[in-house]
Amino acid sequence: MKKNNKRESIIIAVILLVVLAVAFYLDAKLPSYHIAIKVIKKAAVYSLVAVSMNLLNGFTGLFSLGQAGFMLLGAYAYAVLSIPVDKRAGVYQYFNGGIVKFSLPEVFSGILGQNVGSVVGMIVALMIGGLIAALVAYLIGLPVLRLKSDYLAIATLGFAEIVRAFFQWNALGPLTNGSNLLKSYPDLGGASSYLILIGLFIAIILLLVNSTYGRAFKAIRDDEIAAEAMGINLAHHKRLAFIISSFFAGVGGGMLAMYMGTVQALSFKSTMTYEILLIVVIGGIGSITGSVITSFLYIASLEWLLRGLDSGEFLGIQAPGLFKNGFRMAVVSVIIMCVVLFFRKGIMGDRELSDLLKSKKHTSKGGARNG
Amino acid sequence: MAESVLHVENVTMQFGGVVAVNNLSMDIYEGEIVALIGPNGAGKTTAFNCITGVYEPTNGKVEFCGKTIVENHPQGKMKKLYAGDSKELYPHVVSHTPDYITKMGIARTFQNIRLFKSMTVFDNVLTAMHLRKTSNVFSATFRLNRKEELAQREKTLELLKIVGLDELKDELATSLPYGKQRRLEIARALATDPKLLLLDEPAAGMNPQETEELTAFIREIRAQFGLTIFLIEHHMNLVMDISDRIYVIDFGRQIAAGVPAEIQNDQRVIDAYLGVDEDG
Repeated sequence: MKKNNKRESIIIAVILLVVLAVAFYLDAKLPSYHIAIKVIKKAAVYSLVAVSMNLLNGFTGLFSLGQAGFMLLGAYAYAVLSIPVDKRAGVYQYFNGGIVKFSLPEVFSGILGQNVGSVVGMIVALMIGGLIAALVAYLIGLPVLRLKSDYLAIATLGFAEIVRAFFQWNALGPLTNGSNLLKSYPDLGGASSYLILIGLFIAIILLLVNSTYGRAFKAIRDDEIAAEAMGINLAHHKRLAFIISSFFAGVGGGMLAMYMGTVQALSFKSTMTYEILLIVVIGGIGSITGSVITSFLYIASLEWLLRGLDSGEFLGIQAPGLFKNGFRMAVVSVIIMCVVLFFRKGIMGDRELSDLLKSKKHTSKGGARNG
Repeated sequence: MAESVLHVENVTMQFGGVVAVNNLSMDIYEGEIVALIGPNGAGKTTAFNCITGVYEPTNGKVEFCGKTIVENHPQGKMKKLYAGDSKELYPHVVSHTPDYITKMGIARTFQNIRLFKSMTVFDNVLTAMHLRKTSNVFSATFRLNRKEELAQREKTLELLKIVGLDELKDELATSLPYGKQRRLEIARALATDPKLLLLDEPAAGMNPQETEELTAFIREIRAQFGLTIFLIEHHMNLVMDISDRIYVIDFGRQIAAGVPAEIQNDQRVIDAYLGVDEDG
């Protein structure tokens, strides 16, 4: 990265502001259960998790499939720490109201006032979720990061499945509510608040990727042997990338819990990891912009735009015989295959938004598009 | 004579039953250019890998500037299998990862070029300065290390100017012509701020003119950076022209050592290597 081009920064800032303004407008105009708001929220959460996965898979070259496991940790941490005290008896009805007897949003409300306090409390709960995920990543990383490529993927996938099973264990019920739902915890707010918070997290990842540590990660991805010969400690840097990625996956998990309104270990299956991997690959391995754009496209088409394919009417075409349950997924699969065939390096390749705004001469050289 | 920068003592590297490097001893003194030559498969690169920590030698010791960086004796099943000499001499085990050894001041290039493929010329060199950073991951992420970062960028540009790649700094490293990639690899190694530079066949695949340029270039950087250089090479013109001293190995064993004139007239070297391999 050279000296920041002013024109680029201004264009990027304008794009981000417009997106944010639209979100504020939608928040004000539409009811919170409207599909547009839901799509923005879910896509924002997915983009954070996809970017966190990209940090590991795309920038450091570690093929890990543990994302759902770390998200689960973050989701449970958030839910457990922020269910209001008076609702705990109802939520933990089989476990005498659980063992956690406080709620962070309420604790902070007591100190900082109702509105600010509860938001701060929620964010603190999210952070704790991230930290728990990071801590677990550190411990898991000690043995697992000695593995390479497919073996690492299988080990992390196994870890995620173990975590899921563990959280459903009845003996942990007072903490995790066993296999029952956790619910009634507060949501941060509308689409705009999700975008702001997640934008902040992604900006941090972007800063990291462009720092000297980001360069070290990329060096490891490009050539481990050369990176080591250039004085980059592989074990240390891989662990660092794994921990940071898991932290943001944990935070993303917490926000997914917020969005969904209920948490159940069952929903953090490996399918979720694959969904995120799909977003990362289609967006472009090594492109943060790609992950974000693809998250929004993927969630919007799956949850909203292509809904009609499952319910009889799509784009004004009435075909109840064809457009019924399951057809949507068939169409999505075909679209994904087409994208993979025509954009072999993903939609963005390894370029970012700022690269697109630079002169065409440079972008055409990268050869990200299949040409 | 100046002090010894690299002291290799009875280093043996055995893979299973194959002894790749056998009881190799050598000394390299400050400011020298020393070449290691020998037929293909003689164990030259393996010797490099033992020095830089890529391999842990089966037996022997390596000292860098008076400090032991590698020491080992046959362990485990190697106790029975070991076919080398002097196995009782090294009771200690010292082993470091390659990055640690690089940090101490030994940089290297590779026989088959290993640049960071996705990065520009500039970033390739800049990345190699990561090991001298003082920032941690937080201060680097939140740009609290601005001064250091700027200093690194300045130094990178300077280095690229010295090696003559400053005009290509925004090109992808892999898009450079072969000779320039070699040059970039050397620049990247220099960015780690080494005392000793190990070059593994720096002239491989180069035409005579490029080789000549490289010879001048190696001399130039030795003077400019106060380096000691240890190189593996098959181009005898370059080796004889540039080296202060030469070590010759065959089947892992040292068969000769001395100044170029001695080596050229050494019957064993001619039999094993020069006579058959070199037509000039």
